[in-house]
Amino acid sequence: MHVEYIKRISNLYARLEYSPYTWVRNEDTPPWQPLKKPLNECRVAVSASGGIYKAGQLAFHYKDDDSYRAIPKDVNIKDLRITHFAYDMTDARHDPNCVFPIEPLQRMEKEGFIGKLAPFQYTFMGGIYSSRKVRENLAPAIIDKLLKDKVDALLLVPV
Amino acid sequence: MGLIARQAEAVGISTVCMSSALDITQSVNPPRAVFLDFPLGHTTGKANEPDLQYSIVHDALMALGEMKSPGSIKILPYRWSEDESWKNTHSEDARLPRTSEPQFQFEEDRILYKASKK
Repeated sequence: MHVEYIKRISNLYARLEYSPYTWVRNEDTPPWQPLKKPLNECRVAVSASGGIYKAGQLAFHYKDDDSYRAIPKDVNIKDLRITHFAYDMTDARHDPNCVFPIEPLQRMEKEGFIGKLAPFQYTFMGGIYSSRKVRENLAPAIIDKLLKDKVDALLLVPV
Repeated sequence: MGLIARQAEAVGISTVCMSSALDITQSVNPPRAVFLDFPLGHTTGKANEPDLQYSIVHDALMALGEMKSPGSIKILPYRWSEDESWKNTHSEDARLPRTSEPQFQFEEDRILYKASKK
């Protein structure tokens, strides 16, 4: 049996006397773009919401931060940092690949399993309460970058 | 994540969303999702297990071509541990306070950032 997070979080909010969180609920058929070419010809990117930034960049803050960071494809994981208000970061700080699988993707590019790894990976900090901010600011900004980077396929990694 | 996936597909980018929370993913209903039944904070695997991480990402990317209908969720076969006791242990409320101050992991990062702005 999988963990029932919606029930768990709703109960927690009730105990803390917070107002109930409204979960995004989509009942329509999602948009659908079939893969246009084989994976070994695709340009692949990863986008992750675990609060990943590179040393030298501005860290995220914890109050509905809707900014993103561009992480170069050849980044060394020793230069990756993690900051987030809502999950246990212990393992991710030891090994960022737990929430940002850059090394597996670097290896896949080298082995030819994917055509190319995109020049930049866009990261942000999830737990943005305002879905409007994500819909109107963050998502269009990241997608604009991905289009300019000519990305064919995108792996999304929440926490 | 579902929101970004939906907007990306609409402009011609194929997406696959990882998930560690099946009920939340079902509610958001992204175009393609891959469920890994691991504790939060391990969306693409365990720390320092590069072969496991590779295998999980491999399975997720394979789903891009395998899945044929919008809103599908592929369940991955990996198990966090023999028993499932991790599913019952969770802290009451471990979340950190919401603040508009940047939260650098290391003080050196703040110094490095400031230096880059000069």
